[in-house]
Amino acid sequence: MSDRRLFTRRIDLRKGHVELVHGAGGKASAQLFEELFRPAFSNPALDRGDDSACLTMEGGRIVVATDGHVVSPLFFPGGDIGSLAVHGTVNDLAMGGATPRHLTAGFILEEGFPFSDLKRIVDSMAAAAAEAGVTIVAGDTKVVERGKGDGIFITTTGLGILPADWPEPPGAHRARPGDVILVSGTLGDHGTTILAARDDLPLMAPIESDTAPLHGLVSALHAAAPGVRTLRDPTRGGFATAINEICRASGTGALVREPALPIRRPVEAACEILGVDPLYLANEGKLIAIVPPAEADAALAALKSHPLGADAAIVGEIVADEDCFVQVETVMGGRRMLDWLVGDPLPRIC
Amino acid sequence: MKYVDEFRDPAAARNLAASIRAEIHPDRDYRFMEFCGGHTHALCRFGLEDLLPGNIRMIHGPGCPVCVLPTGRLDMAISLALSHPDVILCTYGDLMRVPASKGDTLRGAKARGADIRMIYSPAQAVDIAAANPDRQVVFMAIGFETTTPPTAASILAAEAKRLTNFTVLCNHVLTPAAIDAIMTTADGATGAQLDGFIGPGNVSTIIGAEPYEAASETWHKPIVISGFEPNDLLQAILMLVRQVNRGETVVENAFARAVRPGGNTKAQDMCGRVFTIRNSFEWRGLGEIPGSALRLAPAYAAFDAEARFGIDYVSTPDHKACECAAILRGEKAPRECKVFATACTPEHPLGSCMVSPEGACAAHYLYGRFRKAPEPSPAAT
Repeated sequence: MSDRRLFTRRIDLRKGHVELVHGAGGKASAQLFEELFRPAFSNPALDRGDDSACLTMEGGRIVVATDGHVVSPLFFPGGDIGSLAVHGTVNDLAMGGATPRHLTAGFILEEGFPFSDLKRIVDSMAAAAAEAGVTIVAGDTKVVERGKGDGIFITTTGLGILPADWPEPPGAHRARPGDVILVSGTLGDHGTTILAARDDLPLMAPIESDTAPLHGLVSALHAAAPGVRTLRDPTRGGFATAINEICRASGTGALVREPALPIRRPVEAACEILGVDPLYLANEGKLIAIVPPAEADAALAALKSHPLGADAAIVGEIVADEDCFVQVETVMGGRRMLDWLVGDPLPRIC
Repeated sequence: MKYVDEFRDPAAARNLAASIRAEIHPDRDYRFMEFCGGHTHALCRFGLEDLLPGNIRMIHGPGCPVCVLPTGRLDMAISLALSHPDVILCTYGDLMRVPASKGDTLRGAKARGADIRMIYSPAQAVDIAAANPDRQVVFMAIGFETTTPPTAASILAAEAKRLTNFTVLCNHVLTPAAIDAIMTTADGATGAQLDGFIGPGNVSTIIGAEPYEAASETWHKPIVISGFEPNDLLQAILMLVRQVNRGETVVENAFARAVRPGGNTKAQDMCGRVFTIRNSFEWRGLGEIPGSALRLAPAYAAFDAEARFGIDYVSTPDHKACECAAILRGEKAPRECKVFATACTPEHPLGSCMVSPEGACAAHYLYGRFRKAPEPSPAAT
C-alpha cells in the first residue's frame, strides 16, 4: 500500500496534534493507522487492515480479559499508560493461568492531544507487547472533543490459552482454610509512584512503578506448585482489597502477618508522609498466590528464583471465618482487621 | 524508617506493656480518654488494646476535626458551591464524604456540577485563586490548632499577592475549650468517668503544653501529651497509670521531641494576627461551646467567606438513630450505637464518626470489627 499516493502530507508526529477528523473513520483515520499504529504493532493479522482479525489458537481453553486504562499522569517513573495497557490485560490473563497470545486495543483520544505523546505511548505499547510475547491484532480509535477526555484512554482486550496442565483454572473461590498466602514482591510501588508523580504532590523519593507482565512468573510458580489455587494481581485497591475479594469468594477469612509484608522503605516513608496505607495502593507487577500448605516452600522458592519475584514472601494463611474477615497481626503483636478499600485512598489531614 | 521505627520497636513495646501490667492496681479501673483522632487511629491500627490489661479502658475523644464539624456548616459549604457557579470550593479530602443534611455530601454536590476540589494544603487554594482571577476561590478550612497556621499562612499569602478572589470559610476549633466541655459532663452519672487524658500531639506542637495546666488543675485530672507512634502511646499510658497510682494530676509531656512548653510562637503570632475567637460555635456532639472556635479578625474580614457571600449558619439536627454525640463525649462506645455496622458503615455513613478513619466508629469498623464480644458500656464498667 503506498501511503504517499493516498495521503498528501504525512502526519507530523513530532509537532502535530490529534484532531476530531482522526476519529471520524475517513481518510485521516486511515492515515493515522497507516503512519502510526500499523508500523508500531505490525503483524500479519493487523496488517491486513480489516476491522477484525482471524486467529488460530491451539493448545487449550481460551481465556479472555478486558481492562480500561485511564491513568494520570500518562507518563510516570517506570512506565506509562501504554505499557500499563499491555501489562494490565496480560496480567489479568496470567492470573487466570493463561499464556497471553493476542491483544486488541481501543484508543479514546482527546482533540488536541500531541502526536508526539501518542507516538511515545504507542511505541511503549509495542515494546511491552513484544516483551510479553503478544501481538496487537485489532484496534479502534475515537476522538472526543477537547475537554471531554483526559488526553488518552486505552482499553485492551486479551486472548490467551489455558494450558492443559491446569485441570482447573486458578480462581478466588478455590482458597481453603490452611492454605498459605504468598506475595511476589514489594507492595504499593505503583500507587505511590502515581501519587508522587502528580504535579500537585511533589515528593523526593526514588520510587518507580513495578509495571511488568507476570505470566512468566506464573509459569515458574505453577511448575513448582501445581496445586496453586488462586492467583490475583493486586491492582486498584491494593493487597488489602484483593485478599478481601479472595476471602469473600471462597467463604474464608485470612490471617496476615504485618511484619512479613514486603514494602520498600521509600514507599513506606512516602505513604507515612501522605497519610495513606501502602496495602491499599495499586500494584501493576505483583501477584498474590494462594497455595496448599504442602507446596508453600516450593512456591516461595520458585517465586524468589524469578527476576520478578526476588522479594517474594509468605505473608499469612487462609483461615475458617464465616464473616470472611481479614485479620492482621500487627508489628506490635496486636490484632486488627484489614478491610476493603472504601472510597478513594484519601490522605488524612492530621 | 528513621525516627519512626524506633517508636514501633516491638521489644520496647513489650517492655512498656510489661511495666503497665506490673504497675496497675488490679482492683480498680483506669479510664483514659485519648482526645485526638490520630491517637484513636494508632491504637486501633496497631492493635494496641491487645497489649493492655483489661482494666485499662481507652475512651475515644472528640479530636477528629471532621467528626466534630456540625452538619449545618457542611450545608453552608454545599449550598455556597452549588448556588454560585463562579465559586471554586477547595477542601481537604476527608471532608468530601461527610454526610450533610438529607444525605448530601460535597462529593455528591461535585457530581451534580459544583466545582469542588480536593487539596492537600491551603497554599494550593491560593495558587488556584491566582490562576483563576475570574473565579471566587473559597477554602473550606477545618481542623484544630494543627491546621490553623497553614490557613493563616494562606490568608497572608493571598494578601501579599493582592488577591481579591480568595476567601476562607473558617471552621477552625480550639482544643482546650473542648476538653473543658467534656469534663463538665464527664464526672456526672452518665458521664465518661475519666481518670486522665492523653493530650494531643500535633495540636501541642503549636499551642505547647501550658494551655492544659488550667484544665488539669480545674478538673483534677492527669494529662500526658503523646506522639502518634505505638510506643509513644504505651509510654503515655504508663505515665498516666503512675500519676493515677500516686494521686497526681499534672501535665506531663511525653512528646518532647516535637512539643515545646510554649509551643510554636511564630505560628501562634500568625494565627493571632489573622483570627479572632468566636463568641460561640456549635460542635457536633458537644453542642454550642463558648469561645471554642476562630473566625477572621476584623482586619482580615475581606478574606471571610461568610461575610463575602452573606451566608449564615443554621443548626441542623443529626440523624435520629445516630449516637455520634454520646460517642464524641466518651459516654458510649461505637458498638453501643444501634446503627453501627448495620445502617451506618464507611460506605454509607449516617454520622460523622464513621467517615474519617480517625473517627471512633470508623476506626472500630475498619480495624476492630472482627472482635466478636460486644464492648461493655463505658459508664457500666
